[in-house]
Amino acid sequence: MKKILSLCMAMALVVSMTACGSKDDGKTTTAAADNTTTAAAAENNSEAADGETTAAAAGETVAFTGEGVFKIGGIGPTTGGASAYGIAVQRGAQIAADEINAAGGINGCQVELNFQDDEHDPEKSVNAYNTLKDWGMQVLVGSVTSNPCIAVAEKTQADNMFQLTPSGTAVDCVKYDNAFRMCFSDPNQGLESAKYIGENSLATKVAVIYDSSDPYSVGIYEAFRAEAENQSFEIVSAEAFTADSKTDFSVQVQKAKDAQADLLYMPFYYTEASLVLQECDKQSYKPVFFGVDGMDGILSVENFKVELANELMYMAPFVATSEDEMVKSFVTKYETQFGETPNQFAADAYDCMYVVKAAIEKAGVTPDMDASAICDALKTAMTEISYDGITGKEISWEATGEPNKAPMIVQIKDGVTVELQ
Amino acid sequence: MMGFISYLVNGISLGSVYALIALGYTMVYGIAKMLNFAHGDVIMIGSFVVFSTVSTMGLPPALGILISVAVCTVLGVVIERIAYRPLRQASKLVVLITAIGVSYFLQNVALLIYGANTKSFTSVVTIPPLSLADGALIISGETIVTILACIVIMIVLTLFIRHSKPGRAMLAVSEDGGAAQLMGVNVDGTIALTFAIGSALAAVAGVLLCSSYPSLTPYTGAMPGIKAFVAAVFGGIGSIPGAFIGGILLGIIEILGKAYISSQLADAIVFAVLIVVLLVKPTGILGKQIQEKV
Amino acid sequence: MSRMKTKAMSKQTKNNLITYGLVIAVYIVVEILMRAGMVSSLIKGLLVPLCIYVILAVSLNLTVGILGELSLGHAGFMCVGAFAGAIFSKCTMNVIPVAGLRFFLALLTGAAFAALAGILVGIPVLRLKGDYLAIVTLAFGEIIKNVINIIFLGRDSRGFHISLKDAFELGLEPEGEVIIKGPQGITGTPNDSTFFIGVLLILVTLFIVLNLIHSRTGRAIMSIRDNRIAAESVGINVTKYKLLAFTVSASLAGVAGVLYAHNLSTLAAQPKNFGYNMSIMILVFVVLGGIGNIRGSIIAAVVLTLLPELLRSLNDYRMLIYAVVLIVVMIFSWSPKCREFRERYGLKRLFNSKKSAKEEA
Repeated sequence: MKKILSLCMAMALVVSMTACGSKDDGKTTTAAADNTTTAAAAENNSEAADGETTAAAAGETVAFTGEGVFKIGGIGPTTGGASAYGIAVQRGAQIAADEINAAGGINGCQVELNFQDDEHDPEKSVNAYNTLKDWGMQVLVGSVTSNPCIAVAEKTQADNMFQLTPSGTAVDCVKYDNAFRMCFSDPNQGLESAKYIGENSLATKVAVIYDSSDPYSVGIYEAFRAEAENQSFEIVSAEAFTADSKTDFSVQVQKAKDAQADLLYMPFYYTEASLVLQECDKQSYKPVFFGVDGMDGILSVENFKVELANELMYMAPFVATSEDEMVKSFVTKYETQFGETPNQFAADAYDCMYVVKAAIEKAGVTPDMDASAICDALKTAMTEISYDGITGKEISWEATGEPNKAPMIVQIKDGVTVELQ
Repeated sequence: MMGFISYLVNGISLGSVYALIALGYTMVYGIAKMLNFAHGDVIMIGSFVVFSTVSTMGLPPALGILISVAVCTVLGVVIERIAYRPLRQASKLVVLITAIGVSYFLQNVALLIYGANTKSFTSVVTIPPLSLADGALIISGETIVTILACIVIMIVLTLFIRHSKPGRAMLAVSEDGGAAQLMGVNVDGTIALTFAIGSALAAVAGVLLCSSYPSLTPYTGAMPGIKAFVAAVFGGIGSIPGAFIGGILLGIIEILGKAYISSQLADAIVFAVLIVVLLVKPTGILGKQIQEKV
Repeated sequence: MSRMKTKAMSKQTKNNLITYGLVIAVYIVVEILMRAGMVSSLIKGLLVPLCIYVILAVSLNLTVGILGELSLGHAGFMCVGAFAGAIFSKCTMNVIPVAGLRFFLALLTGAAFAALAGILVGIPVLRLKGDYLAIVTLAFGEIIKNVINIIFLGRDSRGFHISLKDAFELGLEPEGEVIIKGPQGITGTPNDSTFFIGVLLILVTLFIVLNLIHSRTGRAIMSIRDNRIAAESVGINVTKYKLLAFTVSASLAGVAGVLYAHNLSTLAAQPKNFGYNMSIMILVFVVLGGIGNIRGSIIAAVVLTLLPELLRSLNDYRMLIYAVVLIVVMIFSWSPKCREFRERYGLKRLFNSKKSAKEEA
């Protein structure tokens, strides 16, 4: 029996190895067919497949007639516990890609988006990156979560692949000069929120609840704590929770209440925040609630009692109810296509695609160039562009990869998000 | 002092949810002798069914719960029939791995149907919270209902197993499946019944879990499932009162550990206590000591 | 009698040689394909992880298959090894510039710390039995992960500083560096793991495990598995042999951990890579490959690691199909009906008829 089993497995192994060896053509087409953004791109796909040869032969003409396809890869968790973020990024980027293609592409060239799952695991993220490389990716939008992003950054640096992460907030995500980010960094958010609380005298006693198993949350908390020393308030309670015990928040809330904190700082995501708010309500504890960008999306939690989040303040790069024309059009599209309100992840991803477009136009690169040459050109272009998007206006980038965009503080009032700054 | 009592109440509240889940675990383990790792995911499916029927379709909660219990019962029996019964004779490890496969399967089905975004579950409990000592101590309606449900289910299950015919058949199968079969007990049917009851309990547990902690994703069941499994082992796996005691104790330890030792190390504390208890009593608090025969 | 014994021995040796040969053959084939440029980046990137999972599967098989105890905390030992090795490499990056030597020492460090953890965990755990043992190993694995997640370790000119709260509390001098940053773990570990080293380590692991199994010690261990009371009655020191097998298994998991830590530039103790999910994943390799069957573990680890990657074109349905495959394979290989079916129509019949023909001749 075992013999047969191992025989089958050995055969499967052989098949898989050969399949991988020769898969450059076969698998590319299937992946592309699944993920092709528009029919137009699909038509161009065949040309893109032998792009290297034709481009070499056709030479410069390609650049002017706008033939070829920009292959943009995306990486993020679309299964597993962090899948809400990855799926939002995938959808946001998809909408942008569709729009770009419908509007005639980048310099006349279509874009093609291929999004791969990494299950929020660094190792799987590198696998996803390699899969995309085999597909012929020229620009990477990803990874969505911090630790996988750091692992992938190491590989993109080695390959000199241009990388723009929509939501990798950890400092090390953009350690190398080929990597840029769309979102705020963790220290930046912690610093800005501490400043805002201090300068507006929102509180004198602050309680913090944070996720000690999440680098995002810990990173913000550390910066917040460091800046709190310089501000007029004091931190009276700092309690943690972990990924494995995030159902019950009674202790953390009670400690904050016992310490008589008048502001509760919540540097984590809205999923847990909805539970914390519920618990506060249960214990009739009503401090000022202050969150970070992870709080965005709390109003779109299906069936959520909106009154619990009343007066909640948070730092947000993106407000789905904003009157801004671009935001409106994006939100409408997202809602019609996917039946839910987009959150900041989707918005960051949407902007990422347009930033890539802007950088490509600035640098004047063409799809026939290889990834490394594109990267060299885009690296310089990134520091020169100024971009108006749905997560901020006049965003520019430092060579370090950090975006310069004004943090925006918003508040939920009667179920509507209002800008405060 | 008031703080301590308040923590204790919160602990019991969390513990009662663990206990309810653990009852289903222990029931299946006691009779089918298998670790049903998919139990937590059946809970998740049960919660989603209630969410769809009550929050989306607007049916009355009682009807929603009934539908959920029915769906989970059928699901439990189907899982048993397709995935576990063919492996009755195989090693225990094989069944364990299959159960894990079923767990992944249910999670991914839910992910495809409901998406990854968090859903907020509307509590089905309408009892107002109990306010003691001038509002310093608040016991929520969900806690009261969960504890009552736990006790009722525990008593009913014990009576059922001791005094009904199918219940005694379960006892016989758990003692010695082979001998039970020789005595004319329908082993397959009995085990299927066990899964049906265990899964029905999972539906109830799911509703109460999500009423107390109203955030629902395809992965909601996984961690409480593991914790409940720990609770079941804690109390002595296979023992019904053991699951109840284990669940409550686990909840209290988790909350008190968070409150007085370290909120970061809450899980480590829970597991450390488990290890200590098992070293002192190797089969859990109420577990049977099985004498080894030469 | 003696002739039978030598025959049995040679069969065993032959069997072992096939296992070694299989690994070496795959290595050579892959190397040739790589030289010829026929291997995709995906597979290139997967080579080291494959080695890691093979080592993990083989080492867990020692506990599960040979010692006969169910361990759900294997990822915990891997975690200890990974962090020990990574800290060592981070600290000696400037002291030992030779990557090979540094990595070798890191491997030894990781193995030693994992072995130590194995002994510490093993002494209490091995007193328990069956599912209770399983749950306690799971508990230890989770404790290790939970504790590592809150450790902040920094280094400056005054030496090491440790904090369980945050990096701020380390009170480092400006030029000091934070080595472990709580949940973010260790970043910037040198990428020293290569396919060659991975294969070498697989061979070393196989050498250790196979020799252990076929030695006097191994027979003692297996006798404990088969009948503990009988083994005890003939004077075998049960605790000693149990602990020995458990510790060897843990230290090999530590080696895999070091390989893991030096493969990616980021190392964090997340539920995904060092939680019970991972332990269960390794267990799946062992059970699927055949409990106690070392070669089966190798093949199962490779196939099951490749499978989700090869299913990428299925997009959203990828993990669903993976789960279905898992269930179907388990039922197909263990259900009595399927076995009967295969015995009637399967390859085994061919083998058997050949064998009987031979015997007749």
